[in-house]
Amino acid sequence: MQALDAAFFALSDPTRRAILARLARGEATVMQLAEPFEMTQPAISRHVKVLERAGLLTRRVEGSKRPCRLDKKGIKAVEQWLGVLQKALARNYDRLDDVLADLQRTTSKGEPR
Amino acid sequence: MSKMVLTTEGDRYVIVTRRFAASPELVFRAHTEPALIQKWLLGPDGWTMPVCVIEPKPGGRIRYEWKDKNGNGFHLTGEVVEVNPFSKIVHVERMHLPDPTPDNHVETRFEADGRGTLMTMRMTLPNEQARTRMLATGMEHGMEDSYARLDKLL
Repeated sequence: MQALDAAFFALSDPTRRAILARLARGEATVMQLAEPFEMTQPAISRHVKVLERAGLLTRRVEGSKRPCRLDKKGIKAVEQWLGVLQKALARNYDRLDDVLADLQRTTSKGEPR
Repeated sequence: MSKMVLTTEGDRYVIVTRRFAASPELVFRAHTEPALIQKWLLGPDGWTMPVCVIEPKPGGRIRYEWKDKNGNGFHLTGEVVEVNPFSKIVHVERMHLPDPTPDNHVETRFEADGRGTLMTMRMTLPNEQARTRMLATGMEHGMEDSYARLDKLL
């Protein structure tokens, strides 16, 4: 009965949230993104890659730099959101099937013969 | 068997329907008893819900806390608006990521359907900003599989 079940996917990874929040203020390179964190640039790069694959972040080439920015298209895609939600709910309800089967078994076992 | 169907109603609501092979009473209980909720309302494998509070009465509190095996977690709070045993639950909820997402109004109905139950849930479609934040927290588990499939196609 939760609704936004999708956040289950969660991880609630604070670094990626912070990266998105930073990019909401404008473009930044991986080096700039890494500044506020006690993390190496390769670690930040991995987070950037995850965001990029999810369609939330794009990079462009500017000389030797590859600045990152929010991908408005990906962020707007309701379909993407619905896909995640669908998957999260389906997984939960499959589990609920098992819970209900167990309940039915114990309920009928509890009845006098 | 009992495939779930997810559709949108305009650009404000999401409607989810799903059949269960149990009576409305049991399905209702699985949505309102903490010990039962903790067994299924979990998301990806490896997540647990160590804290589950729900008071199924008007004005009742809701608080769910989830943790993964690395100790990461987040929580949801809400309030129950209306309860008709065993047919309807109306509640409001928000996730804390850690800033609260906009209130999500959820109406869940359970109707007898043959020997089972048809559940219909209507919830608010979150706005763009909330979706972004939720996707940012969720993509790793939720999207890995679809990207793996996409990789194979490309």
